[in-house]
Amino acid sequence: MMTNPNGIVTQGQFSFLPPLTDVQITAQLKYALKHDWAIGIEYTDDPHPRNTYWEMFGNPMFDLKDPAGILLEINNCRKTFPNHYIRVVASSAVRGVESVTMSYIVNRPKKEPGFGLVRQEVEGRNIRYTIHSYATDKPEGERY
Amino acid sequence: MSKVNETMKEGKERYKAGVLPYKKMGYWQPDYVPKDTDLLAMFRLTPQAGLDPEEIAAAVAGESSTATWTVVWTDRLTACELYRAKAYKCELVPNTGEGTKTEAQYFAYIAYDLDLFEGGSIANLTASIIGNVFGMKAVKALRLEDMRIPVAYLKTFQGPATGVIVERERLDKFGRPLLGATTKPKLGLSGRNYGRVVYEALKGGLDFVKDDENINSQPFMHWRDRFLYCMDAVNKASAATGEVKGHYLNVTAGTMEEMYKRAEFAKQLGSIIIMIDLVIGYTAIQSMAIWCRQNDMILHLHRAGNSTYSRQKNHGMNFRVICKWMRMAGVDHIHAGTVVGKLEGDPMMIRGFYDTLLDTHTKPQLEKGLFFEQDWASLNKCLPVASGGIHAGQMHQLLTYLGDDVILQFGGGTIGHPQGIQAGAVANRVALEAMVLARNEGRDIWNEGPQILLAAAKWCGPLRAAIDTWKDISFNYESTDTADFVPVATGSH
Repeated sequence: MMTNPNGIVTQGQFSFLPPLTDVQITAQLKYALKHDWAIGIEYTDDPHPRNTYWEMFGNPMFDLKDPAGILLEINNCRKTFPNHYIRVVASSAVRGVESVTMSYIVNRPKKEPGFGLVRQEVEGRNIRYTIHSYATDKPEGERY
Repeated sequence: MSKVNETMKEGKERYKAGVLPYKKMGYWQPDYVPKDTDLLAMFRLTPQAGLDPEEIAAAVAGESSTATWTVVWTDRLTACELYRAKAYKCELVPNTGEGTKTEAQYFAYIAYDLDLFEGGSIANLTASIIGNVFGMKAVKALRLEDMRIPVAYLKTFQGPATGVIVERERLDKFGRPLLGATTKPKLGLSGRNYGRVVYEALKGGLDFVKDDENINSQPFMHWRDRFLYCMDAVNKASAATGEVKGHYLNVTAGTMEEMYKRAEFAKQLGSIIIMIDLVIGYTAIQSMAIWCRQNDMILHLHRAGNSTYSRQKNHGMNFRVICKWMRMAGVDHIHAGTVVGKLEGDPMMIRGFYDTLLDTHTKPQLEKGLFFEQDWASLNKCLPVASGGIHAGQMHQLLTYLGDDVILQFGGGTIGHPQGIQAGAVANRVALEAMVLARNEGRDIWNEGPQILLAAAKWCGPLRAAIDTWKDISFNYESTDTADFVPVATGSH
């Protein structure tokens, strides 16, 4: 069990709010589409803070402009990976940005084991820190 | 104003020993068309009574480039016409002079050739532009209002070590302002107690905690203790939340050698960010920015000392110029005002600072105090920091005024929360996320902001308590640094 105030991994834009409903997600999809950002869906069973590359549930949907269609894909991903972390990621291709502009979690495992902090005591009072995902103690595909 | 170019022709007469008005020496050229490669500067002049403003503008151009008080024949050994800065425009500032409460002020525009400056050196640039002229007897007061830096010169600077885009990628935080707090009390805590504040605030939900400008290495807490305890706090909070977290470790010290030593220790402990103060000087800032680029480190700058010369409207320099220089010098964060907090700031002026730090290309916008078009030549963006007297109850105003690319720092608003530091952090994070969500949904957060916060406070006790504690706190004082031009409905200048 995680001991932070929410008891969950708080990555993304909206992890401190109650889980987003499909209506709320649709509104956020519309916001991204209005800015001409491409929306992608990504999932993982290792939410380590520095695990950048979650698996892509298909390529970013550059040409899909219908929020209902994108929501359908999100729900397909949830059905396929009900116990994984799933995030919606928007990307801008505008010069000076060319990066992620939105990222929020829309699915998470029922139990989130969190992370351990491994302190390697080295010379003097120095410590080398490693953050360890408890989930990764189990093999891929068997983690939640 | 006159459009007469009074410059004397080059030749024997021009170089006769003696004193010549600056206008005649070639420093006033109303028909000069600035080149794309020129540096442009705009000064606010308050001439001594009875003096010709154009002559004063020419004097500023002269004394900030090649001139001295008298004619010297050695000019004739140089391509002196090129090296002379040229005052090319001088106009009365609106609402000053006869019939107003303010004595006459003038906006003087001066062009400098690129060859007057050493590439990649803020020190050299500033030694010319602000080196001498502010003490000239002929001006009662003088203020550097804005500069246009040509692309050719910008390309000689590294720029922000990390930049907003890469910083967000490293932090894995997108589409919302970042949240921070400054540890309080700023002086007196032991390393162990200090780290406690850092841990609680980060675990509660902030992205960053920050040393204050004057936390270096004092008897109550030496720097190595602070670094060791803070990094334990940062890593423990990161593990507790699954998020990348940071603490700005202030490496400001008396010498470069000492600053490098502290920066190396921060890196060895795994810190993602270090901090310096503006008072270390332009050259030291550039050196630290280069070190940060080489060591994957974000560089936070506290603008300590700036108000000694940026606050008064008639003398010193506008903060937007500091913003430009600091983006060139290579810092990733700079404190740039809150609008609603305890420190100086007119909303449009502050937006101008933010645009200066974040734009790829800025158009002139007089109502924001932006006098020049500025192409930023792909220099990284620098993240503005809003810090000082802000709290969760102002979230709708902060998001409206400042947008997503900003770090909102709630020091007292986190640590002073009645239910504790973690609760304070939760209140701020919930208020922020609720407001971003609502804005993205298309709601009018400026007007509906208080209801949005109250709705979130129904399920979030810490937010409820924050609103109850600070609901009546605001800092409504008139700004000293305001626009000279008001926007008009039809909007063209």
